[in-house]
Amino acid sequence: MMAELNPAAQIAEAAQQVASKRNRLLSTPALVMITLFGIGPLILILIYSFLKAAPYGGVEWKFSTDAYLNFLFQRDIFDDTLQFSPDYLYIYARSIGFALITTIVCLFIGFPTAYFMATREPAQRNWWVLLITIPFWSNLLVRTLAIMFIIRDEGLINHILIWAHVIDKPITMLYTNGAILIGLLYSYLPFMILPLYSSIEKMDFRLVEAGHDLYANKRQVLWRVIIPLAKPGIIAGCLLVFIPAIGAYVTPLILGGGTHLLIGDLIAQQFGSGRNWPLGSAQALILMAAVLVALFFYVRNTTGKMTHG
Amino acid sequence: MKAKKAAIEARGVSRVFAAKGQQAVAALDDVSVTINENEFFTLLGPSGCGKTTLLRLIAGFDFPTSGQILLYGEDIAVLPPFKRPVNTVFQNYALFPHMTVAQNIGFGLEMLGKPRTEIDARVSEMLALVRMEELASRKTSQISGGQQQRVALARALAPKPKVLLLDEPLSALDYKLRKDMQIELKRLQHETGITFIFVTHDQEEALTMSDRIAVMSKGKILQVGSPHDIYDRPAVRFVANFIGETNFLKGIVRPSGKVKLAAGAEIEAVAPEGAKLSGEVTVVIRPEHALLVKPTQGKLKGVVDNIVYFGTDTHFHVLLDDGSEFMVRQQNSGGAAADFAKGDKVGVQIAAGTARILKD
Repeated sequence: MMAELNPAAQIAEAAQQVASKRNRLLSTPALVMITLFGIGPLILILIYSFLKAAPYGGVEWKFSTDAYLNFLFQRDIFDDTLQFSPDYLYIYARSIGFALITTIVCLFIGFPTAYFMATREPAQRNWWVLLITIPFWSNLLVRTLAIMFIIRDEGLINHILIWAHVIDKPITMLYTNGAILIGLLYSYLPFMILPLYSSIEKMDFRLVEAGHDLYANKRQVLWRVIIPLAKPGIIAGCLLVFIPAIGAYVTPLILGGGTHLLIGDLIAQQFGSGRNWPLGSAQALILMAAVLVALFFYVRNTTGKMTHG
Repeated sequence: MKAKKAAIEARGVSRVFAAKGQQAVAALDDVSVTINENEFFTLLGPSGCGKTTLLRLIAGFDFPTSGQILLYGEDIAVLPPFKRPVNTVFQNYALFPHMTVAQNIGFGLEMLGKPRTEIDARVSEMLALVRMEELASRKTSQISGGQQQRVALARALAPKPKVLLLDEPLSALDYKLRKDMQIELKRLQHETGITFIFVTHDQEEALTMSDRIAVMSKGKILQVGSPHDIYDRPAVRFVANFIGETNFLKGIVRPSGKVKLAAGAEIEAVAPEGAKLSGEVTVVIRPEHALLVKPTQGKLKGVVDNIVYFGTDTHFHVLLDDGSEFMVRQQNSGGAAADFAKGDKVGVQIAAGTARILKD
């Protein structure tokens, strides 16, 4: 037997349907953008990575897995056999290493900074946030070049040190791993500080008092109360630093001087002087896959730990 | 009476907040008070009176500008909170949201470095004490306000503190739950034998639960005494006014010791020690200590100005002959109720020995 429908309920349901249809309509611009400029290029890259490289750049429309084979192996010019070649893997490992170090150092610098900001007077906090975001007002390339001028042999630091008679020959800082690291730290530190700040700022500081009240000293309160509560910010900050740092292009190129190849640079080469678009596409996809896998485990582990205290 | 041991003793404690560019404010001004072992002691006063500041000084979240705070004779005023055998139940409970109910309760013991088996045993004991056994593994966000309150209590009691501090712990609960928790708190205090220092602005809460009450205003303690003392024998105007409802009448002390009221009548009034017994004084009479009668029978005379019905009782606002307002509370006992209407001329009778002269 069918229940008699209440007319008021019918009207409400109809209104809800109209409302949800309208809401779906609101998301169309975003969906069009994502499809056209997000998913579209990704599919294109996926297709390119399974095609043959044309001799002067671009692709030949013939199916081939060469790009993926070339990533791990090198074809011997004489007998056409494949030989394992870990060159690209080294570059990937180096990039991951740089990104990891950058993330960890950013976390160690960023956490105290964010904590300091979040514990200021509310009126003062906005000024600190403004200061942190000032670097975004100018172009990354310009800022990276500015670092170059500071650390190069005739740069600010060496000038001051020589003038103060601390050293008599300039210390070479530019075009070293250290220079790349400084550049990456400088570029991505705000991406660590801001999410940390927002999660610490939201924290109820009476919980800190409660911790002290229950015999936890400062270190114990930090580890048992503050850090677990700031965890969403720590996760967000680490992702926001690690992911762009692993594919960083401009910073390693300028400050590393092209001698210390990283993934971003490597991929760019394939589309430029390397004239091997399928290989570049394959490298980009492998990077993305690696990041996604790492992300999956990272998020699963960190959120898992949270529910177990 | 057997001598009581002092659990907490504040000696000349002041706390001055000096903000930049502003005048320094004394949240506590030379406060001295002794709280006995095993006592349910309440700090009562309006917001901003310094009661929470005093509690925070005892807990160690803040430090006095001057003065001493003794815990069983030992000065703890400068110890950090984690070195004081004192625990707090916070106003909004401040439960750790990333821990379960059981983890919250065990936190203090864990920080004290107790072995796991002892912690587990004590947590079960505490869960039983506050009747929360089934919810041990819940997150604190998954339980109701009343349950959070119980967890907060259990967490603070678990490390067996020498003194338990309660900062308006019932203010976030609705009326019915608050009533239940008042009884629950009394029971817990009785069962654990721990000294409770309870902060509230709710006079009814203070009267029903406390062994002794300290009434505070503007950073000072005005009167300390049992609920009876405070209610029946208020020493100063603020206490009389803050606790319950009161009629204030102006009068002049006669050489006979009686008080000639401005409203006409001459009455007997009890004076506290130290009150001046000459010249102009203020006399307080509680509304329930007065009775509406026919104009010929009462000493004070007036006209019924307003009648407010409260269910259990009725308040009659009477305009006395000198123009001052006097309130009489009559219980609606169901018998022959005083049947007065607005505009009636009435007399007011005052029960013997209930009128009191104030110090100020």
